[in-house]
Amino acid sequence: MLGFLKEPVVVTAKINVNLVALTMMGLISRLWGLCYPRAVVFDEVYYGQFVSLYMKRIFFVDDSGPPFGHMLLALGGYLGGFDGNFLWNRIGAEYSMNVPVWSLRLLPALAGALCVPLAYQILVELHLSHCAALGAALLILLENSLITQSRFMLLESILIFFILLAVLSYLKFYNLQKHSAFAGSWWFWLLLTGVACSCAVGVKYMGLFTYMLLLATAGLHFWHMIGDQNLSNVSLLCHFLARGLALIIIPMGLYLSFFYVHLALLYRSGPHDQIMTSAFQASLEGGLARITQGQPLEVAYGSQITLRNVLGKPMQCWLHSHTNTYPIRYENGRGSSHQQQVTCYPFKDVNNWWIVKDPGMQQLVVSNPPRPVRHGHIVQLVHGITTRYLNTHDVAAPLSPHSQEVSCYIDYNISMPAQNLWRVEIVNRESDTDVWKTILSEVRFVHVNTSAVLKLSGASLPEWGYRQLEVVGEKLSKGYHQSMVWNVEEHRYGKSQEQKEREVELHSPTQMDISKNLSFMAKFTELQWKILTLKNEDTEHKYSSSALDWITMDTNIAYWLHPTSGAQIHLLGNVATWASANAAALVYLCLSLWYLLRRRREIYDIPEDAWQLWMSAGGICGGGWAVNYLPFFLMEKTLFLYHYLPAVTFQILLIPVVLQHLSDHLCRSVLLKSMFSALIVAWFSSVFFVYCTFSPVTYGQPALSLTELKALRWKDTWNILMRKQ
Amino acid sequence: LNALFSTATETRLQAGAAGARSPREPPARPSRGAEQIGYYDLCFVGVFFSSWDETHFGKMGSYYINRTFFFDVHPPLGKMLIGLAGYLSGYDGTFPFQKPGDRYEQHNYIGMRGFCAFLGSCLVPFAYLTVLELSKSLPAALLAAFILIFDTGCITLSQYILLDPILMFFLMAAVLSMVKCNSCADRPFSASWWLWLSLTGVSLAGAMGVKFVGLFVVLLVGLNTVYDLWDLLGNLSLSLVMFGKHLLARVLCLIVLPLALYTAIFAVHFAVLNRSGPGDGFFSSAFQSQLIGNNLHNVSVPEHLAYGSVVTMKNLRMAGGYLHSHWHLYPEGIGARQQQVTAYLHKDLNNLWIIKKHDSDTDLSDPSSPVEFVRHGDIIRLEHKETSRNLHSHQHEAPLTRKHFQVTGYGINGTGDSNDFWRIEVVGRKTGKLIKVLRSQVRLTHVATGCILGSSGKTLPKWGWEQVEVTCTPYLKETPNSLWNFEDHINPKLPNISLDVLKPSFAEILLESHMVMIRGNSGLKPKDNEVTSKPWHWPINYQGLRFSGVNETDYRVYLLGNPVIWWLNLVTIGLYLLITVCTAVALKRGVQLTSELKELSRVVLRAGGQITLGWLLHYLPFFMMGRVLYFHHYFPAMLFSSMLTGITWDAVLKFCAGFLSPSTTARRVYGGGFLALVLLILYSFYLFHPLSYGMIGPMASNPSSPMAGLRWMDSWEF
Repeated sequence: MLGFLKEPVVVTAKINVNLVALTMMGLISRLWGLCYPRAVVFDEVYYGQFVSLYMKRIFFVDDSGPPFGHMLLALGGYLGGFDGNFLWNRIGAEYSMNVPVWSLRLLPALAGALCVPLAYQILVELHLSHCAALGAALLILLENSLITQSRFMLLESILIFFILLAVLSYLKFYNLQKHSAFAGSWWFWLLLTGVACSCAVGVKYMGLFTYMLLLATAGLHFWHMIGDQNLSNVSLLCHFLARGLALIIIPMGLYLSFFYVHLALLYRSGPHDQIMTSAFQASLEGGLARITQGQPLEVAYGSQITLRNVLGKPMQCWLHSHTNTYPIRYENGRGSSHQQQVTCYPFKDVNNWWIVKDPGMQQLVVSNPPRPVRHGHIVQLVHGITTRYLNTHDVAAPLSPHSQEVSCYIDYNISMPAQNLWRVEIVNRESDTDVWKTILSEVRFVHVNTSAVLKLSGASLPEWGYRQLEVVGEKLSKGYHQSMVWNVEEHRYGKSQEQKEREVELHSPTQMDISKNLSFMAKFTELQWKILTLKNEDTEHKYSSSALDWITMDTNIAYWLHPTSGAQIHLLGNVATWASANAAALVYLCLSLWYLLRRRREIYDIPEDAWQLWMSAGGICGGGWAVNYLPFFLMEKTLFLYHYLPAVTFQILLIPVVLQHLSDHLCRSVLLKSMFSALIVAWFSSVFFVYCTFSPVTYGQPALSLTELKALRWKDTWNILMRKQ
Repeated sequence: LNALFSTATETRLQAGAAGARSPREPPARPSRGAEQIGYYDLCFVGVFFSSWDETHFGKMGSYYINRTFFFDVHPPLGKMLIGLAGYLSGYDGTFPFQKPGDRYEQHNYIGMRGFCAFLGSCLVPFAYLTVLELSKSLPAALLAAFILIFDTGCITLSQYILLDPILMFFLMAAVLSMVKCNSCADRPFSASWWLWLSLTGVSLAGAMGVKFVGLFVVLLVGLNTVYDLWDLLGNLSLSLVMFGKHLLARVLCLIVLPLALYTAIFAVHFAVLNRSGPGDGFFSSAFQSQLIGNNLHNVSVPEHLAYGSVVTMKNLRMAGGYLHSHWHLYPEGIGARQQQVTAYLHKDLNNLWIIKKHDSDTDLSDPSSPVEFVRHGDIIRLEHKETSRNLHSHQHEAPLTRKHFQVTGYGINGTGDSNDFWRIEVVGRKTGKLIKVLRSQVRLTHVATGCILGSSGKTLPKWGWEQVEVTCTPYLKETPNSLWNFEDHINPKLPNISLDVLKPSFAEILLESHMVMIRGNSGLKPKDNEVTSKPWHWPINYQGLRFSGVNETDYRVYLLGNPVIWWLNLVTIGLYLLITVCTAVALKRGVQLTSELKELSRVVLRAGGQITLGWLLHYLPFFMMGRVLYFHHYFPAMLFSSMLTGITWDAVLKFCAGFLSPSTTARRVYGGGFLALVLLILYSFYLFHPLSYGMIGPMASNPSSPMAGLRWMDSWEF
């Protein structure tokens, strides 16, 4: 029974000292003096506001990416006990005492530090020598740009960490494939690949590129497995399903869960509310929810409503009218109907209220029981304050002359009859019920006489229209567009017969109680769509650069400047590393082409296993560089040097691959080999020298004098800040 | 084949004639009046398809006949051919092509339409031959041909004076000759091999010369050639010298020959169009000096800039306009309420500025005072000649580009303040050098704020007369936006030199016109709130284009694919993917196939793969384009999709028939399947033919219309 005691309990530990040492050095280089400078550095001003909003649980939309990265930064703030009270308004502002700078910057710095051992492991898993792997890790360690980027509250180092983790776990998984398929560790690394991929995508959409690369690699490897006649069809199917589950289903689920946590955390209304639909706004605490709480759900004949345009661009606005009329002649000489203006007004106003009227009846109150309006019903819309009918006719609109003017009808007795019948079309009606609902229904108003559709043109009217937005009847309606869709935001059942009473009623706030809840999937779809489609207009920036500038590092970004001394922080790569990475990529490309052509003529220069290694290592490192870099040439957004960092990380990993290949296969004699090793040592010391030279602008200390700064300006295009004394 | 060809041509020509005979009312609706205002704005392209493109390309045909210079975003071959067809058929180029729906009256336009219709009909035999060559199966070829004959979209598109039939003609010709050349691979360097190879090159040049979309077919042929060469390289029985010959032949026929032809097209274009016309303003000053009738033609101006000179300044960005000011002020709430400064595309007296010294106000027009040249690095003042205000900037935000500073006209009679001082610098020059008219690229730096004068390219609203915004940018990036050159230069005290020295070489003209076209293309951005066609709409035939007629009484033509055919094509793409994956996996797993099935899988993988690649190349890039897209952009891809349908259904039916052992049943299944498909296509054509041959009467959304039952999707508006 106690047989196990017969043997002594032995714990054998194998510690890879390389790995430990690298991790230690990584931590030291990234964490040293993390709190310095105690001021807002570059994009901290941008991410910081989101951290504050997380702390205050206020909802926001950030079009720069999905929320996981922001949440990680906020986690740092949460652990440090940050209360969110800091005004993130300018770069260089001193942090107040309540901001836990160290813990806010800790996570990115840790992620950056762990990239060093990850690089080592990746090259080992690619079957390169430990010496090459050590070289790769040291290059990452001494890369100034990666150090700068990881020492502040920024997302790139976290992104790079997850990307490298995904690559490493896939390689581990692939190497386990041959002898221990479906074993515990096999599953672990496979699942970790999926998890790391979705984390990378969740931090920044750039992670998608690496995810695609890994999917393609997995696809290629699986294709080779299909050709393997030893595997039965059933085991092939199992392999396929396991990969599908781990690499597609789980990442998607995780990605959804990021949004779930995001939406669960942020439940208060905030500055970005107006971007979202009314239904979404109503689901947040405060804001619109306070107003719309407890409105009647179904719009009925006699309902008093405000109509919001669904598009929300150029700003959110409500259908509006006021007593002023269109000018008889516009500035360009065209005439108008001179009837009452109908506009879209970006502020809440009593003139935004409209009453839904049944054309067949006179009364403007809701009958008992209420008769709900359904899809396809014909209604008239009466402006609450002026009791005029919404009307459109074949007159050119003020600013969009190929659309119809929309007005509130005034009878001038000039044989221009009222055309005020509108058909209600509910765009998002469900199959079972087609009743027009407050907030939830998106409605098009189709004019019965001319089949024009009520549309927000987006142009703002001149002085006579108080710069409100133009509303037109679109005749050539080409399918669905959000500018033609409206939804009811505020709603109450009208009770007053008389105009005077009604005015009082319109001025009074709506009050009733039913709460509305959107499902998580509906919220997710909407938020995701807004993140993808939101466009920031003004995109010029002093330090923006083009993708071509990055390879040669013709550009830099000044992150921070000390208010009095010359101490400053720049995003600036290690010139020696970048140049050699470019050279390595070039050599790799030329050699591969050469080998490929020669192999096609059946001349084999290197042994088969060396060729396999060359292709797989190049596929991961070179491919990683290509997929993370080339897409930027197709992008139209503002680009910065830091967008290149994931690509350059992969490119740096390529250097040892190429060097080892050169020394193994091209240096045939011993003399050559030793000369090559000497060269490598010399080159490595130059990398270290450059690192030391630029470390003052990487860490921001010590402060440099003017002449020292001038000496650092190795390229004319670098923007090193010199204070005039 | 002959019969096939003539029926197709007849269908199309008939259609063209029918379209011409029928009455067409000019759209007199009040709401459509203002459409034609901005015809030279780039946004005109956004308008033209609300009715016809014909006004656009027909007009360009007239320009060739009248030899006036114009600008278009497409290369010139298509319009040149239209012009040629018009010229040969007796059209005199006098029809104004002003607005869609104008009657042609006595003008002879049939030649131009007939030419386009003829090229459009050639697509049918081309598709037939291509599929026949690829699949060696007559039914497959016939099916592809039938699809193209009876597709309403293809018919409509080839009836009118448009570039698309010409483009598709060259595109299909290139594909056909490529396929033919591939089949000649067993006897390389034979006469027919050379013929098809060089024909491929010629068609590529043609396709590129009509529209830049031709680039995709160039890619297709390029990939095919690379594959081919890779194959040859692996063939060890071929010596390297032979391989070199193969390589050289392809370089000659597929690179050198098309490039030479393409250049020749442009040479003809610039030789024919030698008179000043509406397109001048888009090009640089040096280019304009080439055009007869342009005010820069054969003129002589003083070479170096001096104080007191009266000048115009042109922005170097494409269609950048002249620095301009006028008596109007910026409206309230937009920066300081001072005089507007804009960039204006047209020549105007308000574009004139006087160069003055910053520190002295002496009257420089006094003939006795000595001439003093402006030098690189000088600080100057620019006074607007008409209003005597100085070019001025200050730290107010610009009207549209909020991060830039506002530029205004300030001061009375030339007296302003220190915010009127600008440092003038020539790009790539040292201090103290003189500044040359037209040739110097100049940057104006605001002395007080350090910002640079530039044009943002954004159009100002009504208050700014829809001219282009001018700002002072604090970002010191060197872009054409912030560079200017001096174009007109008046100074009576200086001797004039002739501008012939400026004459650009042909290579420069070619490069410049390409830059202008590319920027023009990418400048066609959809506006906010504008409903645009999305690429995913196209294969599902989601929405067509109105070609003519809006109202019930109009004679209406609507560009929409025959839905049965298009949906068949769509289903086929899915089907093709499915059978490709199955075949590839089966082959990889080493399943033993009969010789028939092997042949079938070769057709599916190789021939189908080629065609699918063509479809992908002509479709996917549109997802990445930022410019305005239209439904008709899908038609080149649709040609490939139709050919794929022929090949795939042939393979599927053969495969199904192969399972049924008695050959009579097999043949019956095979024949029956084809007959069903053809009948389906014929019947659907009968249903939908009014789309292309014209409809009259109530709209289809009205239940009383004869087309009401055919409105299968809510988004169709015929």
